[in-house]
Amino acid sequence: MKVQFSGISMRFGAMDALQDVNIGVEEGEFLCILGPSGCGKSTLLNIAGGFLTPSKGSVTIDGETVTGPDRRRIFVFQERGVFPWLTVEGNIGFGLFDLPEAERRQRIAQYVHLVGLEGFEKSYPRELSGGMKQRVEVARALAVNPDVLFLDEPFGALDSITRLQMRSELLRIWRAEKKTVLFVTHDIEESVQLADRVVVMSARPGRIRRVVDIDIAHPRDLSSRRYIELRDLIFGEIGLAHQV
Amino acid sequence: MSRSRLLPLTGILVALAAWQIAVSSHPASLIPGPFVVARGIGELAARGLLVKYVVASLFRVTWGYLTAFVIAIPLGLALGLIRRGEMAVNPILQLLRPISPLAWIPIAILWFGVGDISAIFLIFLASLLPLTVATMNAVHNIDPVHLAAARNFGIPLRARITRVLVPAILPQLIVAMRIALGVAWLVVVAAEMIAVNSGLGFLIVDARNAGNRYDLVIAGMVLIGLIGIILDLMMRRMERLDSVRWGYAAQ
Repeated sequence: MKVQFSGISMRFGAMDALQDVNIGVEEGEFLCILGPSGCGKSTLLNIAGGFLTPSKGSVTIDGETVTGPDRRRIFVFQERGVFPWLTVEGNIGFGLFDLPEAERRQRIAQYVHLVGLEGFEKSYPRELSGGMKQRVEVARALAVNPDVLFLDEPFGALDSITRLQMRSELLRIWRAEKKTVLFVTHDIEESVQLADRVVVMSARPGRIRRVVDIDIAHPRDLSSRRYIELRDLIFGEIGLAHQV
Repeated sequence: MSRSRLLPLTGILVALAAWQIAVSSHPASLIPGPFVVARGIGELAARGLLVKYVVASLFRVTWGYLTAFVIAIPLGLALGLIRRGEMAVNPILQLLRPISPLAWIPIAILWFGVGDISAIFLIFLASLLPLTVATMNAVHNIDPVHLAAARNFGIPLRARITRVLVPAILPQLIVAMRIALGVAWLVVVAAEMIAVNSGLGFLIVDARNAGNRYDLVIAGMVLIGLIGIILDLMMRRMERLDSVRWGYAAQ
């Protein structure tokens, strides 16, 4: 197991945010953590990222207990995580402070290309759209060549068309870079489109209700029977009738 | 000429005309009109006092302000980052803040005597508190996401200060620097009226004492205003730097 959550519980004051969460993530797996607001999914990701210490239990990555943030595993926030005082280049090169200049340049160019931001190297974030800012943040994370990526509702602030484009973009990058990805979302469709497995969580206290294998090959046909079956299964699991 | 230049110019001309009319209709008044004041400025320039006094005032402001800056920025950063330090020091800062720097004049003279150091000390005090408090508050306002990202990439502490902390507070800091420089310029005039015998503040007091030369009094005032505007414009230029523009509301 690449990432192993063992008996994670988290209390904030009198509130049980997480209760006895156990799950393992395989190397190179794309895992979605899905649940309603307040189910502790973001807390769980922050614990794995080393930004929070659980009240009980521990997270190990490659058998090593997580005690703090580490550049081998990068956390991607919503688009506001980009540094507004740095250009696209400056942001993508941010974590590459220990590389010689030539290599740094080369690496920046490589990731600018990967996320398709050629021509915007010298632009500041305020000149970019939300989707472009999100690309910058993903590129910044990937540039330091981490083995795990944590994404906390990364596309939550984007419009629905950009969100769809960003999903296929992320899948393309994930296949090219072969990272282990933990992706938190409250969007059922998003989780079925992206994940190898979906961890469905319940709220207060947050715990795992069910883990659903998404056994559909990429690229996924969003009108295939299997896709709709799995989506409806999760809708049912969360307790939503699939009607508006 | 564009309207954005024409209107301010009209405003100034109307004010000058009103001034001249008011003075002309009260011939007994000691207050001189704009032409007499302009002649006064010419006289100061001819006697070499204009440059001498302006340089003297700017010299004091520069030293007082820079000394305050060098102390206030690290102090404000430290207080902003270390919660306990802030809790210990903040009450003192808040207590000192409402005390006008001018209230320190007797103590400045007691410690440093009549001379440049006293004036510089007063400017130092006037700039120190606003800069420190603004830096501290700016650190508190940093988006925690940016600090978390910096930690995540494991960049060394020094780089974390120069590449995250300082650029993150810079937009707010520049505003504070502008305000502090404005206050420093106000204070230098007052300090020079009491503690030294050169500079624009001294000019004003001296012109009155040495024979009611109100043309020179107002000449001094005009010079103070003009230099104040130039200082402010210089500070405003910094707000247009590409790396800080994000911090100001879109125009």
